[in-house]
Amino acid sequence: MMDAIEKKLLKEVADLDALPVGAYNIRANGQPGGRHTTANIDITTKADKPGIDIHIKPGTVNESVHIPVILSQTGLKDLVYNDFYIGENADVTIIAGCGIHNCGGADAQHDGIHTFYLAKNAKLRYVEKHYGEGEGRGKRLMNPTTIVHLAEGAHMEMETTQIAGIDDTLRKTSGDLAAGASLVVHDKIMTTGNQHAIADFAVDLNGDGCSANVISRSVAKDKSQQEFISRLNGNCACAGHTECDAIIMDHACVLASPQLTANNVDASLIHEAAIGKIAGEQLVKLMTLGLTEKQAEDQIVNGFLK
Amino acid sequence: MLELKHVGFETEGNKEILHDVNLTINDRFVAITGPNGGGKSTLAKVIAGIYTPTAGQILLDGVDITNLSITERANLGVSYAFQQPVRFKGLQVHDLLGLAAGKDTTVNEACNYLSEVGLCARDYIDREIDASLSGGELKRIEIAMVLARATKLSIFDEPEAGIDLWSFQNLIRVFEKMYERTRGTILIISHQERILNIADTIVVIKGGQVDKVGPRAQLLPCLLGSADAGGACSVLADKVEGVRG
Ligand SMILES: Nc1ncnc2c1ncn2[C@@H]1O[C@H](COP(=O)(O)OP(=O)(O)OP(=O)(O)O)[C@@H](O)[C@H]1O
Ligand SMILES: [Mg+2]
Repeated sequence: MMDAIEKKLLKEVADLDALPVGAYNIRANGQPGGRHTTANIDITTKADKPGIDIHIKPGTVNESVHIPVILSQTGLKDLVYNDFYIGENADVTIIAGCGIHNCGGADAQHDGIHTFYLAKNAKLRYVEKHYGEGEGRGKRLMNPTTIVHLAEGAHMEMETTQIAGIDDTLRKTSGDLAAGASLVVHDKIMTTGNQHAIADFAVDLNGDGCSANVISRSVAKDKSQQEFISRLNGNCACAGHTECDAIIMDHACVLASPQLTANNVDASLIHEAAIGKIAGEQLVKLMTLGLTEKQAEDQIVNGFLK
Repeated sequence: MLELKHVGFETEGNKEILHDVNLTINDRFVAITGPNGGGKSTLAKVIAGIYTPTAGQILLDGVDITNLSITERANLGVSYAFQQPVRFKGLQVHDLLGLAAGKDTTVNEACNYLSEVGLCARDYIDREIDASLSGGELKRIEIAMVLARATKLSIFDEPEAGIDLWSFQNLIRVFEKMYERTRGTILIISHQERILNIADTIVVIKGGQVDKVGPRAQLLPCLLGSADAGGACSVLADKVEGVRG
């Protein structure tokens, strides 16, 4: 049975009040916390290392898999390897998420290494949310790694969010795309206090007609630090776009370092980066509607990360 | 009632933009016009609290608001639709309409404001107020926000700019309706005869000063005449007054 803290974490990261419908695997404090499989979706525990294998049969549509991880024990370091195999022509949603509640003095850490294999024409929407809370002095750390392999015509949409409470994070995302495949990443992050976050994207565009679009929106407050690193390698006739749009406040620091490599004349690669404070006229407009400066700021930040 | 007493405004670089502006606005419907760069928008910003006057006093219903912040003035009942509306990444039309109305607006209420300014609510309610909106669309949403606020003083800065011809007549109707519905004052900065035509009072701002102020019947012929008749205007106006008197 889950206690109140664990239930709250589950609600934050997976928007779940009760056990999800469809397939799921819950990991709580490094231990299995419940599993359900369906006729088309199988989940098995790895024999050689911590983690699970998720197999989705070809042609599976309108099904979802929830794989939340929650940590509420101080001092726990959790490392998992999860591999996902999405069959040809499947069209599914996977919702992952990690919540840490650390009220003790020792660091709590979760590192998840997720590898996706999308077969021909498979479609996947992958949602990942990170959340931390707890009054303890111990840090809340997360280092998610996502590796995606997209076969011909496969399409993956990734939405990753980290809005509060993680002290230190290194998010690594890498991918390779075959002909006609497409990858879209929406990454949202907000850091406060002394938090430090690095987002590192590397995508190899290998097959003609493939495309990648990485869009990052971030807000850095207080003394927090963020780094956005992106590397796109265009090895064929392909389209690549990365965008880093950051609001910086207080004494925060944001670094964007995009790298584009075109190894083919037909590779079209674009990077856009904009880092700046909240536009004064935006604050003024909301203040003329009766909001205080602080309320205006909150509205602008919330809207930006919505 | 809005009173401006000897209001002046200088920029930080000591450039004087408004000089000794004296105005008492009693009428319900006032149009401000005048040449480009004359100081109309600056005056609106001084009234809304976006700029703090460097001289003089501003009174709203007898209350000195000269040193009040933008927020305080907004809460006392001042609304300002910008000449150049602001775009926001991520905020949606219904978010801003809700903030403007000052409460959780139902989708229905928000839709009514949009319909009023000629936007099909269904298409716009969830749109982001970002670069994807056209200039005219943005301008209409800006007007809808002031409608949603329904305060005692509503300032519109060139509301007709970028609004297409067909909609122009509807825009006039928006102001007429607002005039009937609210008990407040509507202050419209405009270069358009058709808008000046519905004003009770017309104010001409030129070179950072009040150049002329008077009832529409008196000022409008003179303003329209001055476009082709040059300086003959004031003489003519005096004569008209003389005949009437
Ligand atoms: N912040 C500022 N710093 C320097 N000059 C300014 C500033 N704001 C306005 N001005 C100048 O003050 C003058 C009045 O500007 P304002 O925008 O009030 O004119 P306006 O009457 O609204 O003109 P328009 O009809 O073109 O909208 C202009 O010459 C403008 O360049
Ligand atoms: Mg102006």
